Amino acid sequence: MEVVVKNLVKKYNGFKAVDNISFRVNQGEVLGFLGPNGAGKSTTMKVITSYIAPSEGDVEVGGYSVITHPEEVKKLIGYLPENNPLYLDMPIMDYLEFSARLQGVPKEKVNQRVREMIKVCGLIGEKHKLIAELSKGYRQRVGLAHAMIHDPQVLILDEPTSGLDPNQIIEIRKLIKDIGKQKTVILSTHILPEVEATCDRILIINKGHIVADGTPETLRKQAKGREVIRVKIEDGKESEIINALRGVPSIMAVEALAGKENTFEVQADKFAAPKRDIYKMCVDKNWVLTEMVPYETSLEDIFHDLTIS
Amino acid sequence: MNRPALIIAKKELRMFFDSLIAYILLIAFLGFSGFFTWFYGSDVFFTKQASLQSFFDTAYWTLFFFIPALTMRSIAEENNSGTIELLLTKPVTGWQVIWGKFSACFMLIFIALLCTLPYYFTVMYLGKIDSGVVLCGYLGLLLMSAAYISIGIFASSITSNQVVAFLLALFTGIFFHFLFGLVGSNLTGTAGEVVNYFSMKEHMDGIKRGIIDSRDLIYFGSIVFLGLVMAEVSLAKRNTSE
Repeated sequence: MEVVVKNLVKKYNGFKAVDNISFRVNQGEVLGFLGPNGAGKSTTMKVITSYIAPSEGDVEVGGYSVITHPEEVKKLIGYLPENNPLYLDMPIMDYLEFSARLQGVPKEKVNQRVREMIKVCGLIGEKHKLIAELSKGYRQRVGLAHAMIHDPQVLILDEPTSGLDPNQIIEIRKLIKDIGKQKTVILSTHILPEVEATCDRILIINKGHIVADGTPETLRKQAKGREVIRVKIEDGKESEIINALRGVPSIMAVEALAGKENTFEVQADKFAAPKRDIYKMCVDKNWVLTEMVPYETSLEDIFHDLTIS
Repeated sequence: MNRPALIIAKKELRMFFDSLIAYILLIAFLGFSGFFTWFYGSDVFFTKQASLQSFFDTAYWTLFFFIPALTMRSIAEENNSGTIELLLTKPVTGWQVIWGKFSACFMLIFIALLCTLPYYFTVMYLGKIDSGVVLCGYLGLLLMSAAYISIGIFASSITSNQVVAFLLALFTGIFFHFLFGLVGSNLTGTAGEVVNYFSMKEHMDGIKRGIIDSRDLIYFGSIVFLGLVMAEVSLAKRNTSE
């Protein structure tokens, strides 16, 4: 089931929280929604789930518009809102049953679905507790269970792993990945490794605009700027080597790594083939190149570049 | 009633009983009304009449105070904790949410009134009671309750603070409960009649005497309708704040 966002604008008291964004998510895709606080992630999600109406533009979920058919859209979507609001005074089982009934799960299937979700989300030991008695991580699981209770075609998760411990995070990511194979998942986060671990595609949004869209790999390739390479060159004096490296045109900065002999960190222009230049230089000077390791540009750098400037 | 509203109503009613609100309300209501019906003031034995007039007079005031306490939580709490977002992102309309909440409160009041049926049987045992008048008295209380619940739910829908919701409902209620009657009785002519028409007591008195007038039904019906529609509008307001 596809989610299509078309020229979406959402204004709050004249301030454009989301400013004319368009994108499309296909079935079997996990889309990571990335951006600094206040970038418009949650607002976009609220519009997709038809909690708030768009100021301009439209969102279509499985062919239904949120403006003309919000009820149909709501049936297709499972939603975990930001901060995971829950009815604290309800027992977990009752709450899940209530959600299932409201989502239109047939009466005879309600119990089965509730049991399944309790198992999938690891709530078996707690199932008779009140939600108020649960720790933050367990509440998050209840929120997830509630979002998936009616086996929705589209899952929208606003910061699904916040408050979970590292083991739980791994479990939940695996769960999301599994679901994402058949369903459409949109999740927002500002934890970057999470995006790399779970998402097929990343959308970076800043100040209401989309600033990047693509797979983690393509984003890395697009990332402008430098490549960082660690090199180890033997048979020469350290100061001589540094000077020689600085003489290479494609290299922008050289730094000797403290504590390691003859090892340097080189920042170079990515598009000028610095590795070849370094190799050639070593051959010319009759030095031995024993190590040359390119550092990957991390998503953090990309994120920083796109959202700060 | 449509399905989502029924599910919400059931959940709300259950929550009343799980959280002791229902028991406190029932005990306090039966305590107050029982005390003034049987033991104190112009009670049944003092008036020496086989009627439930003293009960209806007491309930007129106790319900007035209890209903805002019952409704204050309904939507204010959802606004405060953010759970309103959970409800409204399910295939449920704002109207169904409001209607479900209204029905749950009304059911609880209905149960409270049901618990006073032994009063009726006791008076029937003591003397010859006019059952038609008693039935009308109960009907009047139910209609009045519906009106105050609707006002209370509206008050609860415009804030995320339960105390504000309570005070607002009580404050609005005071006008209908006796201020309009007070002002109306001091005015003459058309103005007096118009203000009097807004007074709850004016309409309750007729019904209590056993006369069901369409004007009274329209009065209660329009308060309920207006309150619920305004609550629905305030729920939908999230879409228009641009």
